[in-house]
Amino acid sequence: MIRSETLAGRIARFGGLGICLLFTVFPLYWILVTSFKAPGTIFAYPLKYWPGDFSLENYRGLFSQSNFAVFLVNSLIVSTVAAALSTVISLLSAYVLARFEFVSKGAVMGAFLVTQMIPGFIALGSLYILMTKLYLVDSRWGLVLVYVAVSIPLCTVMLRGFFENVPASLEEAAMVDGCSRLSALFRVLVPVMTPGLAASYIFNFVNCWNELFLSVTLLNSDNNKTIPAALNGFISSYNIDWGSMSAAAVLSIVPTMVLFAFASRYIVEGLTAGAVKE
Amino acid sequence: MAVLQTERPVRRPPARTSHRRQFTGRTALVLLAFMLPAIVFVALFTYYPLLNGIQMAFRNYNLNDLSDTSWVGLKNFRTLLHDDMFRGTVKNSVVWVVGSLVPQFLIGFTMALWLRRKFRFRGTYQALVFFPWAVSGFLIGILFRWMFNGEFGVVNDLLMKAHLIDTPVPWLADAKYAMVAVIVANVWYGVTFFAIMILAALQSVPDELYEAAAIDGAGKVRTLFGITIPSIRTTLALTVLLRVIWIFNSPELIFGMTGGGPANATHTVTSYMIQVTQEGDYGRASAMGVMVVFVLILFAIFYLLAIRPRTPRTTARKVAG
Repeated sequence: MIRSETLAGRIARFGGLGICLLFTVFPLYWILVTSFKAPGTIFAYPLKYWPGDFSLENYRGLFSQSNFAVFLVNSLIVSTVAAALSTVISLLSAYVLARFEFVSKGAVMGAFLVTQMIPGFIALGSLYILMTKLYLVDSRWGLVLVYVAVSIPLCTVMLRGFFENVPASLEEAAMVDGCSRLSALFRVLVPVMTPGLAASYIFNFVNCWNELFLSVTLLNSDNNKTIPAALNGFISSYNIDWGSMSAAAVLSIVPTMVLFAFASRYIVEGLTAGAVKE
Repeated sequence: MAVLQTERPVRRPPARTSHRRQFTGRTALVLLAFMLPAIVFVALFTYYPLLNGIQMAFRNYNLNDLSDTSWVGLKNFRTLLHDDMFRGTVKNSVVWVVGSLVPQFLIGFTMALWLRRKFRFRGTYQALVFFPWAVSGFLIGILFRWMFNGEFGVVNDLLMKAHLIDTPVPWLADAKYAMVAVIVANVWYGVTFFAIMILAALQSVPDELYEAAAIDGAGKVRTLFGITIPSIRTTLALTVLLRVIWIFNSPELIFGMTGGGPANATHTVTSYMIQVTQEGDYGRASAMGVMVVFVLILFAIFYLLAIRPRTPRTTARKVAG
C-alpha cells in the first residue's frame, strides 16, 4: 500500500465515489421509474421518485401502438448475424496478423486503424449510393454487411491482442498431428480463446445494436427498421409520448447492459491493451 | 468506439507467438485466404465510399436534382466558409469539445485516483459505473432530453428542491441553456472512459516510486505532480487526443437530445453534416466531411508534436539557439 490514509481522507474518498455512483446510476433509474409509472402520473406534480402503483401500461401501449415488436426482432437479427460474421472474419485476419510477418502487414494494420479515427458516417452519402447500386437499400441484410465492415477493424485488433496470449506451439503441435491450419485454428485455438471471442462478439453486438446513422440512412420501411432507426422517428414527432418512449428506451438499454456486464472485464482489457504497438 | 493506444497495464510473461520463419507458397495462399474476407469488406464498404465521397466534395451532387453533377472545383468549400450557419456550427463544436473534455478529464482523473487503492466491492463499483459504455450516445441523449424537460423534467425539480432556482428553466427550448444541457449529458457519458483509462495507467506505476516519495517526505500534491502525472503522461496525452477526436465525431447524443436545436444552438459540424446529408446535398456534406478529416489530421499531428517527449538534444539546441 502506498501510504496510510487518514480517517478524513477515507471519508472524502468514499463520499466522492458514492456521489459519482449516484450521478452515474440516476439517469438509468429515472427512465426505469418513468417507464413503470401509470401513464397519467408521468406528468403529475409533485414528481414522484418512486412509481407508487407499479404499472406496465407504458409497455403495453408501446407494443400495441407501434411496431416495436418488429423493430426489436429486426435489431436482434441484424446485431446477432453481423456480430457473428464479423467475429469469424476478424478471427481469421487477427490470426494472420498476430502470427506472421509479411511485407504488407503494416499497411493492413494501418488501414484498419485509420478507419477507427474517421467516423463511419462521414461518407454516408456515397455509401447510400453504393448500396442503391447493389440493391441493398432498405434491406436488413444490406445493413448487416455494412455493420460487418464497420466492426472488422477494431475486432481484429482486439482479437490479435488475445492471440498473443496463446503460444504458437499449440497449433503447431496440432498441425504436426495432421490438422490443417483452419481446423487447428478452430479446434485448438478457438476453445482456448473462448473468453476473448465472447467479449469480441458482445462488443460487436452492442455496437451494432446501438448504431444510429447508418440504420437511419439505409432503412426506411417500418418492416425493416431497427430500434434506433425507429426511435429516431419517435423523437422527430412534435409531441413525444414519454410514456412509451421511456419503455422503448428501457427495452433497448437493458439487453446491452446485461451483455456488457458479462464481458466488461475482457473488453476493458482488450481495449486498453488492444491496439498493440508495432 | 475509438481505438486506444496506451501502455499495456497488465504485465504478462513474454511468449514466443510469432512465426518469424519463412513460410511456403502454399501457406501463403492459405494466409491470403484468411485475410481476404476482412480486406474485401473493409475495402468495399469503408474505403470505397470514403474515396468516392472525396470526389463528391468537388462536384455539384444533390440527390434532389441529379441532372447536373458536374465538377465545381472548390465551390462547395467556398459556400460553406461563407455560410453563417456553418460558421456557427464550428463555434459550437469548439464549445462542445472543450466544455465536455475538461470536466470529463478532471472528474475521471479524480475517480481514478480514488479507485487506485483497493477496497471491498471495488470490482462491483467499477462494473456499475461502467454501464454508460453499454448505452449509445443517442439513447443517452433521449434519457437526458427527458430529464431536462422544461415542464416535467427531474433536473428542474431537483434544482428547485435544492433552492438553486425558483422557476423551471426551459433547458432545451432556450438557446441560452441548451448547450449547457447537452454538455452536462456528454460529461456524464464520458467520465467513465477517462476513469477507466487513467486507472489502468495508474496501476502500471510501480509502488516503489510512491514509497520513495513517502520516505523523502513528499506531500500529496507533490507526489501527484512529481510522480503520478509524469509517470502516466503518455497515456494521459493519448487519451485526451482520442477523446477530442471522439467527442468531435459523435453527434449521436446531440441528435437524441436536441436534434441540433433550438435555433441551431447545439448543432456541431458533424451533426450539421448529417443533416445536410439527409437533405440530399451530398456535395456539400462531403465537403464538410473532407474538412473534418483534414482538420482532425492536422490537429492530431500538431498535438503529437507538442506532446512528444523532449530529448536532451532538442533542449540543448533550444538553449544554444
